[in-house]
Amino acid sequence: MSILTGIAASNGIAIAKAYKLAVPDLSFTKKAIEDAKSEVERLTNALEVSKSELEKIKEHARTSLGDEHAEIFSAHLLVLSDPELINPIKDKIETDKVNAEFALDETAQMFIQMFENMDNEYMRERAADIKDVTKRVMAHLLNVSFPNPALINEEVVVIAEDLTPSDTAQLNKQFVKGFATNIGGRTSHSAIMARSLEIPAVVGTKEVTSTVKEGDLLIIDGIDGQVIINPSDDEVTKYTQKQEEFEKQKQEWAKLKDEPTTSSDGTHVELVANIGTPEDVEGVLNNGGEGVGLYRTEFLYMGKNSLPTEDEQFDAYKSVLEQMGEKPVVVRTLDIGGDKELPYLELPDEMNPFLGYRAIRLCLERDDIFRTQLRALLRASTYGNLKIMFPMIATLDEFRQAKKILLEEKDKLIAEGVEVSDSIEIGIMVEIPSTAVIARQFAKEVDFFSIGTNDLIQYTLAADRMNERVSYLYQPYHPAILNLVNNVIEAAHAEGKWAGMCGEMAGDSIAIPILLGLGLDEFSMSATSILPARTQIKGLSKEEMQSFKDQLLSMNTADEVEAFVREKTNQ
Amino acid sequence: MAVEKTVTITDETGVHARPATVLVNKAGSYSSDMTLEYNGKSINLKSIMGVMSLGIPQGAEIKVIAEGSDEQEAVDGVVEVIKSEGLGE
Repeated sequence: MSILTGIAASNGIAIAKAYKLAVPDLSFTKKAIEDAKSEVERLTNALEVSKSELEKIKEHARTSLGDEHAEIFSAHLLVLSDPELINPIKDKIETDKVNAEFALDETAQMFIQMFENMDNEYMRERAADIKDVTKRVMAHLLNVSFPNPALINEEVVVIAEDLTPSDTAQLNKQFVKGFATNIGGRTSHSAIMARSLEIPAVVGTKEVTSTVKEGDLLIIDGIDGQVIINPSDDEVTKYTQKQEEFEKQKQEWAKLKDEPTTSSDGTHVELVANIGTPEDVEGVLNNGGEGVGLYRTEFLYMGKNSLPTEDEQFDAYKSVLEQMGEKPVVVRTLDIGGDKELPYLELPDEMNPFLGYRAIRLCLERDDIFRTQLRALLRASTYGNLKIMFPMIATLDEFRQAKKILLEEKDKLIAEGVEVSDSIEIGIMVEIPSTAVIARQFAKEVDFFSIGTNDLIQYTLAADRMNERVSYLYQPYHPAILNLVNNVIEAAHAEGKWAGMCGEMAGDSIAIPILLGLGLDEFSMSATSILPARTQIKGLSKEEMQSFKDQLLSMNTADEVEAFVREKTNQ
Repeated sequence: MAVEKTVTITDETGVHARPATVLVNKAGSYSSDMTLEYNGKSINLKSIMGVMSLGIPQGAEIKVIAEGSDEQEAVDGVVEVIKSEGLGE
């Protein structure tokens, strides 16, 4: 038995066999062959097996993700039937008398290079598709197992270097009980995904893929961030109990599902959820969310070949608003660019994507894209309680321009005879320090603030949150962050506006008491964090937390802040 | 005798992945040899990589050619798909 420690990314305990999601060793040697006919047959078999696997994966993608996502696999299937690829491989085997592995690799490489050398980014990405499918065929030729997460049919925990969006899209929740990765933090894609799938996860273990062997029994403790490899029977019993206690606690939390969130001394705050798609709304309501505090609209634009149409967007926004009824829904306009790419926009690579051409900066220049989104939102506004939020606002001028475009589109729609709600609040995401510093000036013009702490922290401490080596600087409790947050809340209240927070910090048990004391009005978090947060807030006195405010704001370090809060709130 | 027809691509993103798969699938359903000509290049219309390698943009004039027992149906069928997919006219 051995134990690895990582970052607890998603609550709960999973006990199951390890399934390694890694590309196997596909190295081979060039061999001369005698019997070309049977070699071609070997190739044909490998192609057929690969095709039938891809058919199954495509079906899985279609049922779990929809037609759009299944399309990529149709293209993969066609590559495997492409006469321009297959015939040269067969010719090579027959004329040069070489083994199928060599013939496949040589021919595929030629195509990969051809696509990689094209001057169109979209075409260059097709090289990755060819690589992907030839790896699968190669694995079958070499008789090594190739991971097919979509085809898992027994209970497992998935082990990987990291999980990409397309990996997680293939995971079947019925069988995948949890996962552990080498890299990542609480805000990495894999962690966010685990929380929305409600499966336990430990990320950032550094070495889980090298330490764990396929089929090892693993305990994933997503509560304390540990992975136990080949545990003893006693350990299994201990963790089974821990799992039961966790389930019991979840039931306790569930009792608070329909209750308002009130501190022990009677202050009401709103606990709302971050979502990415209309399908996430069910989880929000099941977890007692009082609204949606951040609807990330990027997913409508990602994993596609072209921009979503106005009608496509309208359907998605309408669906979310209708499902939420009277509850508020804060929609963030397109936050793309930087690390979140859209291949079809063909944006140039940047040295510092996080400081570059993204979000509102892109939308104000490409106002065709922006106007389409705003029209869709305005048309959907009559179906619920819509609030519109602009991301990455650095100057008042940007906000004024964005608002002007919004009002222009509103007037156009009204002139066209389309009904638009009259009570849409227009606010901004506060994630750039310049905006947090002059929040007082902004507060006169915006209807609300939502503090995006994931980016605010990385910009304030000048530390890329994707860079493992500076991850120690990602400090939510840093006194500089607390002072900025306080500044934003005070500025909002001075103008009779409200202030929310939609970063991971809003659901953090150390940050919650601080934020309650600073007077935050709305806390937006992963849906599964809502009930634990509600339980915690019910036990906190706002007045007491408020009395710590000056002391906390003048502390020297994040550690001091954390130690103080732990002591005062018995954590 | 081969049959051919010229169409103009009107889709603003040109012939991208999804329409390319639809075209190649359609071409694959005929026994005739099928080729696509664009910009002086000629490729096998039954090859997804061939079609995508042309990088056909909006406004392109492309020629669909078939030769074989069902050449007329093949050209008509593929051109029909180009229209019904909103790719061109």
